[in-house]
Amino acid sequence: MIGTVEIMTETPTLPPLHMRRNTFDPTEELRRLRESAPVHKFISQFGMTAYLVTRHHDIKEILADHERFSNRRPPGFVPPIAAAVSDEEQDRFRAGNLLGLDPPDHQRLRRMLTAEFTVRRMTQLEPRVAEIVKQHLDAMEAAGPPVELVSAFALPIPSLVICELLGVPYGDREGFQQRSARQLDFAIPMQQRLALQREGRDYMRSLVRRARCDPGDDMLGMLLRDHGDELSEDELVGIAGLLLLAGHETKANMLALGVLALLVHPDQLAVVRDKPAMVPAAVEEMMRYLSIVQTAIPRFTTTDVEVAGTVIPAGQLVVLSLPSGNRDPEFLAAPDTLDVARGRPGHLAFGYGVHHCLGAPLARMEMRIAFPALLRRFPGLALAEPLADVHYRAFHFIYGVRSLNVTWR
Amino acid sequence: MKVLADRTVCISAGICVMTDDAVFDQDDDGIVLLRCHRVPDDHQQKVREAVNLCPSKALSLQE
Repeated sequence: MIGTVEIMTETPTLPPLHMRRNTFDPTEELRRLRESAPVHKFISQFGMTAYLVTRHHDIKEILADHERFSNRRPPGFVPPIAAAVSDEEQDRFRAGNLLGLDPPDHQRLRRMLTAEFTVRRMTQLEPRVAEIVKQHLDAMEAAGPPVELVSAFALPIPSLVICELLGVPYGDREGFQQRSARQLDFAIPMQQRLALQREGRDYMRSLVRRARCDPGDDMLGMLLRDHGDELSEDELVGIAGLLLLAGHETKANMLALGVLALLVHPDQLAVVRDKPAMVPAAVEEMMRYLSIVQTAIPRFTTTDVEVAGTVIPAGQLVVLSLPSGNRDPEFLAAPDTLDVARGRPGHLAFGYGVHHCLGAPLARMEMRIAFPALLRRFPGLALAEPLADVHYRAFHFIYGVRSLNVTWR
Repeated sequence: MKVLADRTVCISAGICVMTDDAVFDQDDDGIVLLRCHRVPDDHQQKVREAVNLCPSKALSLQE
């Protein structure tokens, strides 16, 4: 998992520069870096030298260049976690983690999964997703306002969808929802996050073993039936764990933060609510504007390489700021404006290159259904707390709100 | 205008199909298939958009 590479020993008072935000926006400091030092050498929160890249064009080029910018840790690279984890356990943590592999190993695993995310499959899934969304809206309506939107809508919808798809019992959600939310939160001490990761793997291992005896009609069952001989148990645990984590954290935060962004921009909200044909492009714009994944998975240079006039030596850690790249005025005009009618200029919120989000078609489909459905059910949706009181996930690898109280007339 | 697809680099993101399903399709593994090579005039804008949005640079145009 992502957390094995970067674990900190104590919690600082401020998140690192590239994770700071003013509500939705990256900070002015990040903008100044993009303008004057697009490749910025710094000491990461994990005590390692790293290079922060902030321009759209450079980020895209790096993400497309998996030969010179590797996802695999170079030999001899000792992450701060090393003292706490044996070599053997690190290998197990890494097995099946697509985000820690390069081609061709990465392609071998990814191609086992892509059939589950084709546009055709998504079309088949749509009615079930719409039904899940409707059930949660019914429950909100029955409960009456005010409602806490993360727990009533933003988290349970993607959670239920990924559980059904993967073959994870939704009844176990208390455990994995908690782990998913905490595992990538850098404010939580390293030992605790490590324990969560081990717990998550043990849980997934129990599901893999159960599915091996009786493979169901879900993704875990498919992997065992079609690829059971080629995949080790650790790989299966790694793949399923990554899908479960990614299926929760990204969509839950996009839904909640997305609703907040629309409430703050009522003219944009009205478009998403009233113009179905504009929803797909609007979802892309919200993803660009909010860029909830703070950085791409860190890359390692495999050779000396020049980026925007700066030479990064071989074996260095490269951090790519997706929010900064998505707000680069060289990439599009008025980047700090949320304009759901701007079309689809292309954004980096799902990444780029071979590691482009595997679940992107599912995420898009869920958002295209969930946002307008919520806004149409409650046309008078409003914040039930002052904007200044909303708490954000300041230290989290994936940005979002901790909770969001809404009401309606 | 002709569109070309490199199936060896395609990563099955599906953006092309979502952009224009009259020109692009996917096989069972999600790898790009072309329904036609020559792009009809009224699809040129969409196809250009799909080429621009492809995250694996699997698509290209021959004008």
